[in-house]
Amino acid sequence: MLKKRIIACLDIQEGRTVKGINFKGIRDAGDPVELGAKYAAQGVDELVFLDITATIEKRKTLIELVRKISTTINIPFTVGGGIRSVDDVAELLNAGADKISINSAAVRNPELIRQIANRFGSQCVVVAIDTKQTDQREKVFIKGGREETQWETINWAQQCVDYGAGEILLTSMNKDGTKDGFDLGITQKINEAISIPVIASGGAGTKQHFAEAFQKTQVDACLAASIFHFGEISIPELKTYLTQQNIPIRCN
Amino acid sequence: MIAIINYKSGNIKSVKDAFSRLGLNAKLTNNPEEILAADKVIFPGVGEASFAMEQLKATGLHTLIPTLTQPVLGICLGMQLLCAYSEEGQTDGLGIFDLNVTRFPKDRKVPHMGWNNFESFEGPLFKNVQLSNDVYFVHSFYVPIGEETIAQTQYIQNFSAALNKDNFYAVQFHPEKSGKVGQQILQNFLAL
Repeated sequence: MLKKRIIACLDIQEGRTVKGINFKGIRDAGDPVELGAKYAAQGVDELVFLDITATIEKRKTLIELVRKISTTINIPFTVGGGIRSVDDVAELLNAGADKISINSAAVRNPELIRQIANRFGSQCVVVAIDTKQTDQREKVFIKGGREETQWETINWAQQCVDYGAGEILLTSMNKDGTKDGFDLGITQKINEAISIPVIASGGAGTKQHFAEAFQKTQVDACLAASIFHFGEISIPELKTYLTQQNIPIRCN
Repeated sequence: MIAIINYKSGNIKSVKDAFSRLGLNAKLTNNPEEILAADKVIFPGVGEASFAMEQLKATGLHTLIPTLTQPVLGICLGMQLLCAYSEEGQTDGLGIFDLNVTRFPKDRKVPHMGWNNFESFEGPLFKNVQLSNDVYFVHSFYVPIGEETIAQTQYIQNFSAALNKDNFYAVQFHPEKSGKVGQQILQNFLAL
């Protein structure tokens, strides 16, 4: 049976892991390769490395980092942040990334999704969608949530599939950072609207939140960052709990 | 020497890195002499089948690969290209396995992406592996069950997770991305 996946996300700045403290500042959380390897050893199913600086001059640092991650880690990983062209993608995949994640660039130029899918296959194209409810409509936001677009989230997700996306990483801005559970409403709506895997992100605070997402929606994977980094939930503990709830989870 | 066939199709660094983690140096090559001289040959692949076949034809590897006599391991698209035909891009394959690669019906989400276990398996490739062990899959096309099937996995229906004929082995999943279980399967292949 296909298992539900637990994904840990690491934010990267200038080659180091960073994490926010109460949404105010960010501090260095160490070497992303070591942290990723630790999570992999603990049984996380996939890793996402998100370059939050992603300026052109920092690109080389990121590529070098991806090479090291690929050498060290024996599970799939996705790299995102600042990808604007097919050449950017080629560089990351050649360095060893399994998938890439695009967000603002896909909204600005949906053809980019098709170009990447045609050249490297849909399986490596994750489109990250930041969604927020405004005036009772779910809208897509870009530029790290700073800019509202014209897109309704469901329509945009369907567009992404048509353009060749292999997976959708759906982050609820309403829930992100709240630790009061994943946004089950929009997560299930997207799952019903499209026929490719969906990752839920934003709002994870307890083990029960993961169970609820897997039981009440058809989501394929749940992603979290800070609760893992701060040690609030350990991955083995989470996976044991989900298995006890009869959710199909990888335990080897 | 372990040769990894390099034909510009997909992410082959991760396959090389998997052998590095086992303390082995595998060589990325499209040189026929090096491939013929290797003790073991890995035939990886990610991407689209007809494009990948064109790449093989452009370098003459499509005639070389079927003549190999040492153990060969096809991975993911590599496995599909070892079959007779693929619906993906309607292309002929290398014809080692007399099976046609087919698209998953759209009853469920496609690609089949993530960790899945085995319904059955047999042979030395699966030594010290349990049926309940999960390995990492990501594919939209599958190889049906046939005489050459040595492992089955279930998604929508049962399909070939691994094939074997003579010295040719092939796996649909990515052993290089499948944690310790994947490492075990790579070691089993190297021990053939």
